[in-house]
Amino acid sequence: MGRIHLKGVRKAFGDVIVIPSIDLDIADGEFVVFVGPSGCGKSTLLRLIAGLEDVTSGRVDIDGVDMTNVPPAKRGLSMVFQSYALYPHMSVRSNIAFGLKMAGESPEIIKQKVEKAAATLNLSSYLDRKPRQLSGGQRQRVAIGRAIVREPKAFLFDEPLSNLDAALRVQMRLEITQLHQQLATTMIYVTHDQVEAMTMADKIVVLNAGNIEQVGAPLELYNTPANLFVAGFIGSPKMNLLNGAIAAKFGAGTIGIRPEHIATARDRGEWQGVVRVAEHLGSDTFLHVDAETIGRITARAPGELALAAGDKVGLTPRPDRIHRFDSDGRAMRA
Amino acid sequence: MARAHSLRRRTITTAACWLVGLVIFFPILWMAVTSFKTELEAVEIPPKFLFFDWTTENYGVVQERSNYLLFATNSILLSLGSTLVGLLFAIPAAWAMAFAPGKRTKDLLLWMLSTKMMPPVGALIPIYLLFRDLHLLNTRGGMIAVLFLLNLPIIIWMLFTYFKEIPGEILEAARMDGATLWREIVYVLAPMAVPGIASTVLLNVILAWNEAFWTLNLTTTDAAPLTVFIASYSSPEGLFWAKLSAASTLAIAPILVLGWFSQKQLVRGLTFGAVK
Repeated sequence: MGRIHLKGVRKAFGDVIVIPSIDLDIADGEFVVFVGPSGCGKSTLLRLIAGLEDVTSGRVDIDGVDMTNVPPAKRGLSMVFQSYALYPHMSVRSNIAFGLKMAGESPEIIKQKVEKAAATLNLSSYLDRKPRQLSGGQRQRVAIGRAIVREPKAFLFDEPLSNLDAALRVQMRLEITQLHQQLATTMIYVTHDQVEAMTMADKIVVLNAGNIEQVGAPLELYNTPANLFVAGFIGSPKMNLLNGAIAAKFGAGTIGIRPEHIATARDRGEWQGVVRVAEHLGSDTFLHVDAETIGRITARAPGELALAAGDKVGLTPRPDRIHRFDSDGRAMRA
Repeated sequence: MARAHSLRRRTITTAACWLVGLVIFFPILWMAVTSFKTELEAVEIPPKFLFFDWTTENYGVVQERSNYLLFATNSILLSLGSTLVGLLFAIPAAWAMAFAPGKRTKDLLLWMLSTKMMPPVGALIPIYLLFRDLHLLNTRGGMIAVLFLLNLPIIIWMLFTYFKEIPGEILEAARMDGATLWREIVYVLAPMAVPGIASTVLLNVILAWNEAFWTLNLTTTDAAPLTVFIASYSSPEGLFWAKLSAASTLAIAPILVLGWFSQKQLVRGLTFGAVK
């Protein structure tokens, strides 16, 4: 079991309020991603759940039990840190075994569990090495091994892939997702990378300045962002946000249109413009276009498109994919 | 050409280091040499450096006149005792300041260091009276207490700087792994800080060993360490250089040997944290 419930959780460091008040429900077995820009309070929120920081007010329940004032060791959670935080003076085996040793497990059970975890994570041949003799990816696996061996109620990941290179990050992302499917344990994952959030989460919590902007499944956030912040944060390349006369035409303060929802053609289109930068990825082509009267627009066309900087292009937004926002930035539903 | 250049440079650097080392070591060498002279040769001008009648007579006289072993035992007990008691207080204090700092932690550290700036003689009379009334004068317990309090700021400062270098996330990981505060210190913090703790111990043993002001003023014989043993040879009736040298050589020999064997550890500890 790993049901986590936050009620009116508030955190202030002295006079600085980091999290004004948060209510959140995380169901057992769910993969929840906290995403937001740096300094939005996502890591602090995770540390409040872990018990590494004390809440200023509010309640943290785990499986229906009030854990607000329970020390981290007794909450039954495991955490994987961005810096791996391995014990440098211990072998991989001792690192993974440490939590079990602290829990007073017998040596036979420790050996058995450590070897099982090592096998799951392809670490069996590294058990007697020290962390400094491992690569970044292997270190991160040891950190995950240390977390799974304790069979926690929930896993907490604090930007675990930020220190890895791009290729390894994609691979580890997949491994963590598979691990979640295998263990079916609650996972809370903090990241500033919206691609990680979109690809891994059952449920995304978008945070901004200590407040929850929106909670929902990845595609729900993509298709119906609740406000301008979520609209701009989720999706890559970013949604085009236009205001002024063009927005007024749709009866909104601001309209948003994702680059992939704009059709491009050489000769005709609703908006005419000139390509300033063309990015050819093979699978897609990103066009950064200066359009007449409305300004810079990013459009995404599938496949290869023989357009280069300076070429004229016509853009046509898909009308059913235009998001409307009122003057306060809230989404307007039809 | 580059190689020749670097060889010449290395030779010069090495020679310069030897020169500085010899200048620093010379008084100790001279003291050791003097301890093997007769009293007459010891004050002779011009002094003889190596070509004189070597004699161990002074060591015999010194041992006859005073009980070297008692003083040496006291030195060992006082320096080790005060350092160990110091660690017992300093490790938790440094832990708190490094990993759970408050608003005033920096001020506190500076304030602790400032106590080292006060001339000790300013506190002599109150401490003397306190010791007299508590019957601590000339006791090992009393001296351990004084030396421990004297060096506590330095022990805390040194440990604080070493602990600061240890990433807090590792201790948090231990906490998440179910370690209590005590186990976190024993299993994770202490092993990681071993070089720092070792050099702190060494430095403080040396400081306590060489401490002369309080040991001279608060002890006579029973708890007197080697500093008192040396001082007893600078008598008002005239100096006996050769015997004083013999006594001094005996007094510093143990710490010199300790320092020699632990120099690697000392240097490593003192420069710990200097390079990231």
